[in-house]
Parts: sequence; structure tokens; C-alpha cells
Amino acid sequence: MTDVVMPQMGESIVEGTLTRWLKNPGDRVERDEPLFEISTDKVDTEIPSPAAGVLAEVLVEAGKTVAINTVVARISDGAAASAPAPVAQAAAPVAPPPPPPAPVAVPAPVAAAPASAPTPASEDLGPLSPLVRKIARENNVDLSTVTGTGAGGRITKDDVQAVVAKPAAAPAPVAAPPAATPAPAYAPPPPRAEAAKIRVEPMSTMRKKIAEHMVHSKQTSAHVTTVHKVDMTNIAKIRDKAKGAFQAQYGFSLTFLPFVAAATCKALREFPILNASIDGGNILYHSDINIGVAVALDNGSGLIVPVIANADEKNVTGLQRSIVDLAARARSRQLKPDEVKGGTFAITNFGSFGSVFATPVINQPNVAILGVGTIEKTPVVINDGIAIRSICYLALTFDHRLIDGALADMFTGRVKQILENWADSVL
Amino acid sequence: MLAAVQTRVLSTRDLGRMKWAEAYALQAALVEQRKRDEISDQLVFVEHPHVVTMGRNGHDENVLASEQILAKSGIDFHHTNRGGDVTYHGPGQIVGYPILNLNDWKRDVHAYVRALEDVIIDTLRGFRVHGERSPGATGVWVGDAKICAIGVHISRWITSHGFALNVDTDLQYFQYIVPCGLTRPVTSLRALGIAAEHDEVKAALRSNFAKVFGYETEN
Repeated sequence: MTDVVMPQMGESIVEGTLTRWLKNPGDRVERDEPLFEISTDKVDTEIPSPAAGVLAEVLVEAGKTVAINTVVARISDGAAASAPAPVAQAAAPVAPPPPPPAPVAVPAPVAAAPASAPTPASEDLGPLSPLVRKIARENNVDLSTVTGTGAGGRITKDDVQAVVAKPAAAPAPVAAPPAATPAPAYAPPPPRAEAAKIRVEPMSTMRKKIAEHMVHSKQTSAHVTTVHKVDMTNIAKIRDKAKGAFQAQYGFSLTFLPFVAAATCKALREFPILNASIDGGNILYHSDINIGVAVALDNGSGLIVPVIANADEKNVTGLQRSIVDLAARARSRQLKPDEVKGGTFAITNFGSFGSVFATPVINQPNVAILGVGTIEKTPVVINDGIAIRSICYLALTFDHRLIDGALADMFTGRVKQILENWADSVL
Repeated sequence: MLAAVQTRVLSTRDLGRMKWAEAYALQAALVEQRKRDEISDQLVFVEHPHVVTMGRNGHDENVLASEQILAKSGIDFHHTNRGGDVTYHGPGQIVGYPILNLNDWKRDVHAYVRALEDVIIDTLRGFRVHGERSPGATGVWVGDAKICAIGVHISRWITSHGFALNVDTDLQYFQYIVPCGLTRPVTSLRALGIAAEHDEVKAALRSNFAKVFGYETEN
């Protein structure tokens, strides 16, 4: 076996994107014959095979970016696997496979195999990818019973998954689940007492507070909502590029919200009146930017707005961390009292529930709240042509007592502009 | 140091106006010849009729018009094996296809692309235009507008494809694409108020190319 690695295409280059495989697993390849293509910067490069043989395993699929020297494929010596026919088919499973709770990870059906070492029975199945082996192991699938549809009868990921997905697949006639739960699992609900068509339940303290707050806000502010359409294609690209590494490094996923929060903070610095509140006849301008992020508690049981203090001092990563942390603790009711106070502006992400746009209620004593709609690929007209872009509606509800419509639109337009022209790939 | 023995030679050819597909076939032939060391490094100049090409990292959404609309407007459309996203070539644009063996220079794709940018920047300077790089966006920019696109293919360290410099391109044609996936404007020497003869620009490109890559030129 010869390892094929991601080559270093220049001194300053630490990774490459594998754009295309020019050979399929099982294909014969000559030494120096182009094997795959990579792309770095604006350069597309064909990479020749380091050895002659058969492409046994592809470890990095097209589209993935990996560090230089990462093994992307293995090439087996020429002679060995020229015809990886699925021999095993003949040797039908002799003994019935052991029942699922068997402590051994891999059920080795062919008992014959003496001292069957770490690789069971798969030798005669031709080259198998580690992924296929893993799926088989985890799901107790006997690979010798799987029909390969890949090149040369090779068993692919899809083949194994098809077997796993089949409800009671043929090769596993093991003790069918006790026929305890038959067809109609849903019993009709117990008949209700005809009398009680209304059920009375006292409001929780939180619900009372929310109710009071909502009405108070509507009575206090002159709510107006303005909606701007934002092209998030660029952000989507940056996010797509970063999200894998981000998840791996920080342990939580990268969403669109911190980008919106960061853009909002920047715009708030330029339009301080959106970061103000009203006190009788005075306007209070807040020098700190503390962003409240509306968090819906489980199954609509309530709403709480924890605050990211000095949000403008955080980068996208820091904002994402705060959002994840505050939301988790809000849901487990572990926020400290200070963490729900002092907000100077709020963001609500109803898009995460599929809403395109909504008209949020201002979180008093703020004077505005930004609602983020769901991000959808949408046909849009650019320069008289039609393009597919990731579009998001940003809805700003503002207090018309203090903020005029033109200013509100300048602010929202600025948030839009920052998002659409986001160039910084450092998060 | 002993003279001459290892001197790298650059020959230049000018294909004039040639359809993209035809020039591509010629380029492919030159690459094969260069691989077999039958020819020296080449700098090929060409001007294409209207064409939109899509690189390996291309995103279909960056072509703003369907192939039918492009065809109706007399614009060819091709997928190609160069790096980068979508671009437009057409009359008024000088396209340069260097066919070089980087084994004889530096086996470094970034260094190669940066050197191409240097060639363009040096050439623009001769016309009193300040071109610059934009971090993360290969090509040469004047202010916020792109004046030269770059996209390269490398096979066994032999280069193909290259750069496209807008001299007096009709910039309206860029409306059909989002150049390189970037929603930033494009410009040309003409748009910057510089009236330059193509031959004059090509001569400057050739001499700067030889300087940056360290050639003794042959004709």
C-alpha cells in the first residue's frame, strides 16, 4: 500500500482543497498519471499518482479542505487487487449471527477463520473503506452478506447503509422484537368529562411577567417595524468554510446570529440613538452596547432575554460563545440576575423557527429590537440577470417617539451593508 | 557563475483574436509539448470574442444569466479547469496564457500567482495607474475595482491559463456574472481615462514578465 498525501504546493501553503477525483476506487492507476485535483488560491492543480497500482481507498472526498501531508488515498500494489470480485458471496452465513447484545463488537459469522485477528472476514471482500467497516461494526452488519454496487463489486457506504436502514433485513432474522407493540399504538384519549370544556390553570409567574411586559411595552412605545432584505450569500460562504473547524475547535456550532450581532454592534456605534432609552423628557445615551438576545424556553413555556454585556468588544467567535452559553443557561434556568439586566438593544432570532419576518415587541426600556428572519436561497435579480442568493429579512421595530423612519432605515441599511460586504474571514 | 548554459528562455506568441475553445485546444497542445520539453516557456497573448468561463471553484449562482440568454447575446459559455470562479473575456481585454515549467523557477503556486500580480502591477505603473493586491482576492485591483483577473491550472508544474487585463473592454458585459463570486466592480484602463494601444500594453507586459520571472527573452 502506498499512501497518497495532500502535497505542499508552496512555502506558505498549509492546506489544500481537494476539488475532484480523477479516478474511482478500484480503478487502475499508473505512476504519474493524474489522480486528483486540488485548488489553492486561484490555482487548480492536477496531482499525479505517486505509484502504480489500484486506487484502494479514498479517504478524503471531493470538496474537503485538508492540511498538507494528510493521507487522502491509498494505492495497493498493482497485482493484488486487479479484480476484487466479491468471493465471499458463496460462503453463506453458516451459523446464525449472534443476537444483538453479544459483547463482541463484530459478529464473525464464518466460525472457521482461525485466530481471526483484527480484520474479520473482510479480506475476500475486496478493498473496503474504513467508513464502511465502521458502519458495519456499529450496526452489526455482516459484510459478507452485503452486495456491493461499487466499482468491481466493492461494498460502498450506501450499500451498508441500505442494509442498516432495512427494517428487518434478511441477514438478521434474530429474535424479532417481542410482539408487544402491535399496529395501532395510539390509543384514543380517555373520554373527557363533557362538562369541562374549559380548563383553568393559573399563569406561572414568568407568564404573568411576560404578559405585563408586553402590554406595558405596547402602551409605552410607538411601535413601527421596517424590513430590509439582506443578501447573506457572502456570510453563508464564510460560515460554510469555517463551520467544520469551528465546531471541532470550540465544541459548538457557528450560526448566522453572531454575524448579525456583530454587524448590529458596529452600526449601533454609528447610530447611538438606537442604543438609547427615554427617561421622561430626557434621552439617555448608553455608552456600553449590551445586546439582549431573546431566548425561547422549551416548548413555548416562556421567553427570556439574557444580555451579552459589551457585545461590541467581542468578535464573532466570542459572540457565538456568549449566545450558546446564555441560551443554554436560560433554558436550564441557571442565569444570574445580572445577566438579564442592563440590555441596551435586543435581537430576536425568529428565523430559527422558520419565520420569514415578524414585528417584534420592543424590550423596554430599549428603543429598538432587531428581528432576524430565516435565511433562504432565493432567486434575485442582479443587473437584469437572475441569481440564486441566500436572502434574509431583517425586521427592525423602533420606537417612533424617539427614532424617525429615515434614521431607522439608515441604521438597518447600515447593518445590511456590513453583512453584505463582510470580508473578514477571521472570526 | 557560468553564463548561458542554464538560461531560461521565454518565447512570446500573439494569437490575435481567437475563440476561447480554439485557444484552449492550442494551449493544451503547448502544455503537452512543454511537458516533453519540446518547447521553451511560452507567453501566449490572445483576445477572445465574448465568452463566459467557469473555473473549477465556480458557483453556478455567480452566472447571472442562463446559457440561453448568454447564447442569445452572442456570448459563449464554457466550463474550464483553471482555478477560480466565473469570469468574462471579450474584445478589449488582453488575455495572457503563460505556459511555464515551474520546476525551473519555483515550485510554489502562491509565489507564481503573486508574481503574475507583480507583472500586472508593474505594467499598470507604466501607465501611471496604481494597481494593488486585495488580501484574499487574487487579481489586481485599482481602488475597489478589479482590473485584472487571474486563474491558473497546473499539471506537473506546467502552468496554463493565466490573466485577463481589461484595457478597453466593454464593461457592460460583466453584468452577466458576479466576477470571481465577488460583488465588487470591474474597471479597465479606458474607464480610468487611459487610452492605451494593445500592442503597447502587450510589450510592457512581456518585458515586465521577463523581468519578474527572470528570463532572457527571445522573439
